[in-house]
Amino acid sequence: MVRWFHYLEQQTRVKNSTRTVNRIAAPVKSVAQRFAYLLLILGAVGVLVIGRVDVASMEQVRSQIVDAVAPILDMAGRPVESFNVGVERLREILTVHDENQRLRQQRDRLLHWQSAARKLETENRALKGLLNFSAGPETSFIAARVVADPGGAFAHSLILNAGERAGVRKGQAAVTGDGLVGRISGVGRRSSRLLLITDLNSRIPIAIESNRTRAVLAGANTGRPRLIHLPTGAVIAKGDRVVTSGHGGVFPAGLPIGVVSSVAYGIIDVQPYVNRERVEYVRVLDYGLKGIIRSGPDRSGSGERR
Amino acid sequence: MKPTIWHRMDILSRQLTPFVLTILLVLLSAVPFQIPGLARIMPLFSLIAIFHWGVNRSELLPVYAVFAIGFFQDALSGVPMGVHTVVFVMVYSLVLAQHRFFLGKSFYVVWLGFALVSAGAFVLLWMLVSAFNAAAVDPWSVFSQYLLGVGCYPVVAHLFLRWQRAFLQQV
Repeated sequence: MVRWFHYLEQQTRVKNSTRTVNRIAAPVKSVAQRFAYLLLILGAVGVLVIGRVDVASMEQVRSQIVDAVAPILDMAGRPVESFNVGVERLREILTVHDENQRLRQQRDRLLHWQSAARKLETENRALKGLLNFSAGPETSFIAARVVADPGGAFAHSLILNAGERAGVRKGQAAVTGDGLVGRISGVGRRSSRLLLITDLNSRIPIAIESNRTRAVLAGANTGRPRLIHLPTGAVIAKGDRVVTSGHGGVFPAGLPIGVVSSVAYGIIDVQPYVNRERVEYVRVLDYGLKGIIRSGPDRSGSGERR
Repeated sequence: MKPTIWHRMDILSRQLTPFVLTILLVLLSAVPFQIPGLARIMPLFSLIAIFHWGVNRSELLPVYAVFAIGFFQDALSGVPMGVHTVVFVMVYSLVLAQHRFFLGKSFYVVWLGFALVSAGAFVLLWMLVSAFNAAAVDPWSVFSQYLLGVGCYPVVAHLFLRWQRAFLQQV
């Protein structure tokens, strides 16, 4: 009996002592936890500030992270791609008759254009010879696959599976058969980020094809970028074709971008030819010009060779 | 009995799954699905995951893991670095502060909680990204992305709950 009491007493003492420890430890732990949260929030704000002050090094961190996951994304995309191919094939089978008719009509139209183009080409060559015209730099290209579309409303960009090793450089233009997709905004060793023309940060010098009116195409994170900095008295109508003007030496001139889709109250929207969701492969154009985009003021000179 | 090394490794790998699953979800949402108009309003799955694990098993997704997820989301999505990091850590702290409220509540209440917290998170994201770009991000796309995220919450949460029942019961 006595032993039993003794045991109970011991147990209670142990319990009490752990309780005392808990009583002291719990608030300390909670304070430490709160401190950790505060520290991490401050750390995150610190990341924001560093990203603002030292753009180049933060972008390097970013491209290293993307570089690391690009092969995973590449692999993850393969089954999805074959699924997409299957869906596309099914759609093609369903519309094969209409498609055939449409293609016949298009062929007739194109044959007409072909003869016109041949005539113009000969004429153009002859006129260039007369004027002693010097052609612009030769454009070579790098083919790249789109491995990721991070999506979201806050940034419009794609990730490509070609990087510095393949010769991709910041500022180069990326096109598909339909037209301009965007420009390279960040380059890693084996991946790069392609800033779409619809992104809020995209500004592209353009010209209206028919009357050579110049303006800047500004993305707004919507499906349709806008024309800004138009000259006074510019006449622009719905349906006008928009092409790159080649100003600034970043893009070759004459790359098709889209058509003017609406002109209302001085706001001119452009419907791009390229549909973001349908882009699988792009050609990154190496225009040969250095362009106006550098890696950062502190790395001028070394930026291109890195 | 002292647990064997394999047993400990098993537990550790199970404990890591909330973080790994969230990262995989971020990667999966970046795979280009060729569905017209989807990419622009792709739901922010990482926010769903952070909210879910914060409410259900916060000890398996500690705050520094949330920080890492935010940093990764920033790197991948192309917004200024730190934007998602700030918002995710704040959301997580808020969820943990309200942990008692969510305890034992029905799924609909938790869903409503997510709708509210997520609305706050998107307003904050919108403000930060707009401030950094010195131009307002199109609010309509942001709102669509938010709505789609709230709509996707039950699906993702359901999958996570099944995972919890299958693999994390003993951990």
